[in-house]
Amino acid sequence: MSTANPRYTAAEIMTIVAARVLRNEDVCFVGIGAPSAACNLARLTHAPDIALIYESGTIETRPDVLPLSIGDGELCDTALTTVSVPEMFRYWLQGGRVTVGFLGGAQIDRHGNLNTTVVGPYDKPKVRLPGGGGAPEIATHCHEIYIIMPQQKRTFVERLDFVTSLGHGEGGDHRARLGAKTLGPTRLITDLCVFEPDPATKVMSVVAIHPGVSREQIQANTGWPVTYAAEVALTAEPTDAEISVLRDLQHRTQLAHA
Amino acid sequence: MTLPRSSPGASTRGARRARVMSLPDAIAECVRDGDTVAMEGFTHLIPYSAGHEVIRQQRRGLTLIRMTPDLLYDQLIGMGCADRLVFSWGGNPGVGSLHRLRDAVENGWPRPLAIEEHSHAAMANAYDAGAAGLPCAIFRGYVGAELKRVNPNIRAVKCPFTGEELAAVPALRPDVTLIHALKADARGNVLLEGIVGVQKEAVLAARRSVVTVEEIVEDFGPRSKNAVILPSWTVTAIVVAPRGAHPSYAQGYYKRDNAFYIAWDRISRDRDTFLEWMQANIMNGGRDRNGQDGHGAHDGRDGRDDHDGRDDRDDHDGRDDQGGGARS
Repeated sequence: MSTANPRYTAAEIMTIVAARVLRNEDVCFVGIGAPSAACNLARLTHAPDIALIYESGTIETRPDVLPLSIGDGELCDTALTTVSVPEMFRYWLQGGRVTVGFLGGAQIDRHGNLNTTVVGPYDKPKVRLPGGGGAPEIATHCHEIYIIMPQQKRTFVERLDFVTSLGHGEGGDHRARLGAKTLGPTRLITDLCVFEPDPATKVMSVVAIHPGVSREQIQANTGWPVTYAAEVALTAEPTDAEISVLRDLQHRTQLAHA
Repeated sequence: MTLPRSSPGASTRGARRARVMSLPDAIAECVRDGDTVAMEGFTHLIPYSAGHEVIRQQRRGLTLIRMTPDLLYDQLIGMGCADRLVFSWGGNPGVGSLHRLRDAVENGWPRPLAIEEHSHAAMANAYDAGAAGLPCAIFRGYVGAELKRVNPNIRAVKCPFTGEELAAVPALRPDVTLIHALKADARGNVLLEGIVGVQKEAVLAARRSVVTVEEIVEDFGPRSKNAVILPSWTVTAIVVAPRGAHPSYAQGYYKRDNAFYIAWDRISRDRDTFLEWMQANIMNGGRDRNGQDGHGAHDGRDGRDDHDGRDDRDDHDGRDDQGGGARS
């Protein structure tokens, strides 16, 4: 998505909005890419004490540059401690120590279920995607889930080809009936707007729109009929500080991986 | 004597110590056609040298186990070593697809590849169960996830105390596990630190194991009392393989070659380019005079002169970048 505003890109406002919703007290299970950028931006701005956990086993890591992989040495070098992968998934994730998990995917539906497994039938896939990795359990063990995804009609679909990780299932109380005891996706942050689940139906509904984005644009990039909360906010413009800290971080990262 | 299935590490009973071997000899002796082979290392310490020797010795019909197949399994699969893959996340971390894995699953090239797909939590628990000599792993997982519909090895058990339904998967019990560690000492004990992944579990779960190391030292010297140590009598063979984890990394020895991971996207995308690269860098030029994996042109500069490797991330419709919940 291009934005009319040259001060920042669509990807930047998505990352900045995701960073803003993180709290200093959060214990956050971080994924590579946009989640990693958002979490570290939060740490470098308003949430210096946020505990960032990567599934490679690094706890309270404070990387100076963003890792390319989930287990770059930078993460271990700057972590408070590093545990084994079985311990990470058993004690820390399954044990309920994580407040926020970040997920994304190749496809999302209106209830925040995600597909990162296949496009087409599982046994004869048109596109074989990487698969679930940590996502199936991240989706149900973290207290709540934030999803970050650039918004496109092709990826915001009416029906998933495969449910890799559970969001709100078929809506309503379906998630709880399936046995999940956590909140599931409480926010879906895109490059156009922010969705939150409707309290009753659990359909992801727009609660805030980024500056310069129209409702027509949102619908044109969504594969289901978009619903809106009773009150829809205008996303606050990214500040100069947010933009410069993010760009410094990305710049350091680019140099480090060249 | 046939050992009961509940005794992992058949070759490790008693205090038989690891033997220091050459890479070709260790792989020839420990990895056989048709074996179930685990090569672990979670981003850190991926056993590339050992895996390359498996490719050079043209093992066939392997069942390959690995949480994150990474470039190493892309290479093994593309060279036709595997019939079956047990895994939980099959991407090029932070870059995109594993093109050889995709080609095998989508098109059966160079041979059909059966897959058994799990989540990371399931694989980690299954290795742990293998090391513990249990038949299966039980954990809270796969809630609302569709993998349990397509993978018959994902089942449910009821907690006898609370009645809660929990997920169960079979223990992982490789015939042989290959790992790369930082160093061994003169007695054949093995040390690894940093991101230690699931290697200890994978070695203890296996009947045989080959550990490549950066170096053999007389004595480990001062170290953390909690460093991960595999006693010599839990390991079958030790091989000195400096830079044996490249293009992944060895904490304190060399960094992850992120540029190579990016370059691999271009090398692996096309079958012929892939085969040429493998011939030049792994098959022919891949072993030096001492039998070491030579790494040839195998660094990040290769393949980057004309192309920065990042440009084509979007041309396979951006899906790959986001796969795995944007995780690796």
